[in-house]
Amino acid sequence: MARARDTAEAIALPLLALAGGLLLFGLFVWFGGHDPVQAWGLLFQGAFGDAFSLQNTLQRAAPLMLTALCVALPARAGLTIIGGEGALVLGGLACAALPGLLPLPAGWVGTALLLLAAAASGAAWIALAGWLRQWRGVNETISSLLLGYVAIALFKHIVEGPLRDPASLNKPSTLPLPEDLRIGAIGAWEWLADVHWGLAFGGVLCLLAAFWLGATTHGFATRVVGGNLRAARLVGLPANRLIVVACALGGAAAGLAGGIEVAAVHTAANASLIVGLGYTGILVSFVARHQPMAIIPVAVLFGGFLAAGSLLQRRMGLPDASVQVLMGFCFVFILASEAWRGRLGELFVLRKPAGHEPAGAPA
Amino acid sequence: MTGGMTGGIWLDVLIAVLGGAVRVGTPFLFVSLGECLTEKAGRINLGLEGVLVFSAMAGFAGSYLTGQWWLGVLLAGCSGAFIALLHGLISSLPRVNDIAAGIAIMMLGAGLAFYLGKPLIQPQAAQIPALALGAWSDSPQLSAALSINALFPLGVLLALGLAWGLKNTGWGLKVRMVGDSADAARALGTSVTGVRVAATTAGGFIAGLGGASLSLHYPGSWNEGLSSGQGLIAVALVIFARWHPVKCLWAALLFGGAGALGPALQSVGIGGYYHLANAVPYLLTLAILVWTCSPRQSIRGAPMELGVMK
Repeated sequence: MARARDTAEAIALPLLALAGGLLLFGLFVWFGGHDPVQAWGLLFQGAFGDAFSLQNTLQRAAPLMLTALCVALPARAGLTIIGGEGALVLGGLACAALPGLLPLPAGWVGTALLLLAAAASGAAWIALAGWLRQWRGVNETISSLLLGYVAIALFKHIVEGPLRDPASLNKPSTLPLPEDLRIGAIGAWEWLADVHWGLAFGGVLCLLAAFWLGATTHGFATRVVGGNLRAARLVGLPANRLIVVACALGGAAAGLAGGIEVAAVHTAANASLIVGLGYTGILVSFVARHQPMAIIPVAVLFGGFLAAGSLLQRRMGLPDASVQVLMGFCFVFILASEAWRGRLGELFVLRKPAGHEPAGAPA
Repeated sequence: MTGGMTGGIWLDVLIAVLGGAVRVGTPFLFVSLGECLTEKAGRINLGLEGVLVFSAMAGFAGSYLTGQWWLGVLLAGCSGAFIALLHGLISSLPRVNDIAAGIAIMMLGAGLAFYLGKPLIQPQAAQIPALALGAWSDSPQLSAALSINALFPLGVLLALGLAWGLKNTGWGLKVRMVGDSADAARALGTSVTGVRVAATTAGGFIAGLGGASLSLHYPGSWNEGLSSGQGLIAVALVIFARWHPVKCLWAALLFGGAGALGPALQSVGIGGYYHLANAVPYLLTLAILVWTCSPRQSIRGAPMELGVMK
């Protein structure tokens, strides 16, 4: 009974918070002299209105699932990592650079090697932040974000310098990937015709992460470390190793996101990769309360908002940052909603029966 | 290419870096002083990155619309205080930690700034005047390097004033007590949440002056790439300065010099490493954090209630 109530609350609270974010966004555009109802309508229409926008939404949801894992997995081990953007960018760079370094077999083996390189570079970058935390006590939130800026500088230096395709004149890019190494569309059903396989990667990895956390001993040990580090050390768990592994897994997911964006969408590494997918992933993970299963629908929702952004711009003349404002409002409400956990009933029940908490209720 | 010429180039780079220490360091100084005050009260505000971007936009808008640079600076401070107040209020809610609130404010501040600042990308606004300390020199490089932001002396005074006030005044004692032992403060009847929200808000005002230095002095215009992590670096700077305002001043100058390296190299025609040179401040920050922090004990001078150091 109590468990069912907790689950209902875990779903209701984020939904209420998102509704609050949308409401405040409506007020915000209303103050600017725009019609909030039109803005809400366009957000929905641009995200899920027709087959085209739905495909656009899913296209954007794929990397968000992976960058959200980069926040969620370390969070379950007790670390707040926000440097997913850097891991994503390096993953994309590794993917674009590998064909120039190694002769790759054509077909799926070559593609798998590309994605492996992308995941490995992302993993190394985020594991570094975790290791600095465990080795020197450096705050991982700050260090991961700083490492993200370093990664972006490295990316720009290499893409505009040593690896620049001389044919890319006004937008510096690396050489395009050979056709046979790219990731194609799923193309199975009509409504998925143009969506690439990255979506499957995102969904499957979220499921695998949920399985790892919920059903394996290693995942359980990681959650113990995240829940109570001192207790974990007392029972002899190798806390440092578990934390660094959780960071590496998260970084691998974000690196993979970059690799998939290059291999499936941009076909080369260039500035189009740096659009803040890593930062949006932070919000997705917080809204999903760092639960990998919940990341899938939340990533689709925010992928939809990102997809609808251009519609808000075209039809209403809103600045391109309007989705960013909406996401900022949602983030604030999500955090504030934590304060209502365990007290949600009070919002709806006007008059509580006099007395105390029901006896035996879990704290 | 002669040896004398290369020597001349390096001298130019050195002068540019020294001048840049003040020019680029002024925003670092204000943000780190704001963060120092916030952290003294026991909270960390990562949202100062968002505060910096938003107040830079607001300061530019104020100066552009009124034609008065000082009104822009004032508006930058007030809007910085407003965004920081949001952080203070959110982190006062039960079960909300200040780091997560900081990430949210970082995103919200940047989003609001980009949204509201869209019409401000083209125009020119009245700038914060420069104090020409190098007017005596014949060398154009030297007088350019010594032409400093008029807010910089204010920042120096503020650093000295904060150091004195935290040590010697009643409110300074309250801030430090709340930051070192919330229980002791409560026992004496001080409102812990109230003092923390007030310190965060005041810190936001100070950081907002840094935002004005960005958009109204150097680089002196508003665009979406104006701040990329300066606010965050300033947060790390406070750890390096061991929560002492005057040490924040030296640290800000050091980082200003590091940040001026990229443009200085480019100005003498060494452009191949432009992006890497721009990454130097981030790497320097990381190196300093590795050097300063320790997993075994908390850092000397750290406010005991500061979650980031636990």
